[in-house]
Amino acid sequence: MSVDETTARQRTVLQSPAPQQQRTASRRAGWVRRAPLMPALVFVVVMTQLPFLATIVISFMDWQALRPNERGFAGLGNYAQVFTDAGLRSSVITTIVLTVVVVAVSLVLGLLIALLLDRKFFGRGAVRTLMIAPFLVVPVAAALLWKHAILNPSYGLINGTLTWVWGLFGARPPQIAWLTEFPLLSIELALIWQWTPFMMLILLAGLQSRPADAFEAAKMDGASPLQAFRYITLPHLRRYIELGATLGAIYIVQNFDAVFTMTSGALGTANLPYTIYQTFFVRQDYGLAAAQGVIVVIGTIIVATFALRSVSSLLKEDS
Amino acid sequence: MAAHVPSPSASRAAVDASEPRPAQQTYRKHSPLSRPNPLWGVAAWAVGLVFAIPVLWMLLTSFHSEVDAATNPPSLLAPLTLDGYKSFFGNANAFPSLINSATASVVSTLLVLALAIPAAYALSIRPVKKWSDVLFFLLSTRFLPIVAALLPLYLFAVRTGSLDQIGLLIALYTTMNLPIAIWMMRSFLAEVPVEMLEAAQLDGAGLIRTLRSVVAPVAMPGIAATALICFIFSWQELLLARTLTGVVAGTAPVFLTSFVTSQGLFLAQVCAAAVVVSLPVLAAGFAAQDKLVQGLSLGAVK
Repeated sequence: MSVDETTARQRTVLQSPAPQQQRTASRRAGWVRRAPLMPALVFVVVMTQLPFLATIVISFMDWQALRPNERGFAGLGNYAQVFTDAGLRSSVITTIVLTVVVVAVSLVLGLLIALLLDRKFFGRGAVRTLMIAPFLVVPVAAALLWKHAILNPSYGLINGTLTWVWGLFGARPPQIAWLTEFPLLSIELALIWQWTPFMMLILLAGLQSRPADAFEAAKMDGASPLQAFRYITLPHLRRYIELGATLGAIYIVQNFDAVFTMTSGALGTANLPYTIYQTFFVRQDYGLAAAQGVIVVIGTIIVATFALRSVSSLLKEDS
Repeated sequence: MAAHVPSPSASRAAVDASEPRPAQQTYRKHSPLSRPNPLWGVAAWAVGLVFAIPVLWMLLTSFHSEVDAATNPPSLLAPLTLDGYKSFFGNANAFPSLINSATASVVSTLLVLALAIPAAYALSIRPVKKWSDVLFFLLSTRFLPIVAALLPLYLFAVRTGSLDQIGLLIALYTTMNLPIAIWMMRSFLAEVPVEMLEAAQLDGAGLIRTLRSVVAPVAMPGIAATALICFIFSWQELLLARTLTGVVAGTAPVFLTSFVTSQGLFLAQVCAAAVVVSLPVLAAGFAAQDKLVQGLSLGAVK
C-alpha cells in the first residue's frame, strides 16, 4: 500500500500545473482516480444491498402469497416464529454439522493428498488431472451421479461392488439403502468428494511455494521428516489452510444443490438454504422466509467476521 | 510473500557448489522432502483413481444401454451405445438449456470483465484512498447468502415481467462474480512493477500507451484466469436459475433437476446428461489447472 500510494501521490504532484490550482486539481484528480471504480461499485451496491434491504422490510410483514388480503405489519412475529420453530432449529444444526464435517474432512484429506502430489513420481500431472475432476463436475450433475449411479440401493456402484466382492466368497452381500439409512452421511460423502480436490489444489500451491533453504537447514540440523513437517511446512501452510477453510465454509453453508437433489431435504437433511427455499416456494409464507433469510445473514456475518480477519492478514502481507 | 527468502534454485545451487557430496546429489534435485520412492507414486495414483472413479463410472454408464446400466453387480464389459446421448438430445428442452447456460455464462463473464478491469485499475495501479476498505466491502457482499435476497429478486422479477428471462440471470451472475473478479484482478495488476510505470511516465507515455505496453502484458494471464472462474461459477449455478427461470430461460443445471426423481429406468440417460452439462467446465478446468489455483485462492496467495 505504502509504495503504491507514495508513487501515486508523487504522480499527482507532478501532474499539478501550479500551486494555486493545486486544490481544485487534486480534487479533480481524486474523481478521475475514482471514476473507473464507480460503475462496478454502484452496480454491486444496487444489486446486493437493495434486495437485502427489501428482505429486511418484508421480514417484519405478514405476507402469505396464498392470502394476499391479509398483508400487513407483523412486528417481530416472524422472528418469534423462526425461533420457536423446531424445524428451523434442526435445519440450523444440520447446516452447522454439514459445514463443519465437510470442511474438516476435506481439509485433512486435501492436505494428505497434496503432500503426496508434492513428491515427484511418474505421471504426476495425470494424477492431478484425475484428482480435480470431482471439483469441475457441475454440482447438480455430481449430486445426481451420487444419488442414482453410486448410492442407489439396487444397482448403485457401491452396493454393486459389495455384491461382486461378497460373490467371490459365495456369500450374500450386505445391501445398504444409503440415502434413507444414512441421509446426511450420503450428502457429506458427495460434498467431501467434491471439495477435497479444491482444498488439495490450494494446499498444493502452498507446498510448492515453500522456501527450500529452510529445509536444507533443518535437515542439516538433523530434523526428521515429521519434525520438518511440524515446524516448517505446517506454519508455512497456515494461511493456505485458513483460506481453504474460509472459502469452503462460505460455499458449503450456502449449499442448495446437493440437499435439493439427493434427499429434497427429507430425513433431517434440510439445511438453511433449503428450508428458506421451502418456506418461500411451498408454504409461500414470504414474511417468514424473509425473517429466516435475515437470520441466516446474521449467522453468516458472525462466521464471516472470523473469515475476513484471516483474509485480512493475507491482504496485509500482500501489500 | 517469499520476497525475503532467496529463490529455491539459487540456494540449492549454492549448497551443491559448496559441498560436493555425490551421495546426496540426487536427493537434492527433488523437492526437499521427496525421496524418490516408487511406493509414493503408487499411493498417489491409487488416490487419484479413487477420486476419479465416480466420474469414470458416470462416463462408462452414459455409454451403456439402460438395461446394462441398472445391473447388480455392475457390468463393466457391456456393449457400448450412444442411446443415452440420443435420448438426451432428443429431449426438446435439452439443447435450449445448453444455449441458455452458454448465453448467461459468456455474456455475464464479458460484463464482469468490462466492470472489473477498470475497478481493479482504480484499486491497484492508481489506488483510490481507502482502497482496502472498498475491497473488503466488495468481498463481504459475496459472503451474504444468495438465498436471503431471493425473495425480493423473485418479487421484482414478477412485477417487472422479467421472470423466466435470461437477462435477469445475466445481471445476477454478473453481480455474483464481480466482487471475486475485482479481487483477483487487483492482485494481478498489483504485480505490475511500480518502477516500470514510472519509467513509462518519464518516457512520456500516455495512459493508453502505458496500459497497452506495460500493464496489459502482465495482466493478460490474470484476466484469462478471472474469466475462466466467472464462466465456471455461472455455468454451475442452480438456485437463482431454478427460482427465476422456467421453461424459456431454464439453464442446463435447471434441466438436470428434471432427473431428480427419476427412478431406475433412466440411469444411462441421467449419466449422459450429467456428462454433457459438465463437459464445458471439465474441459476449461483441465486446460487451465494452474490458473484455476490462483483464481480459486482469490489471487491472494501465490
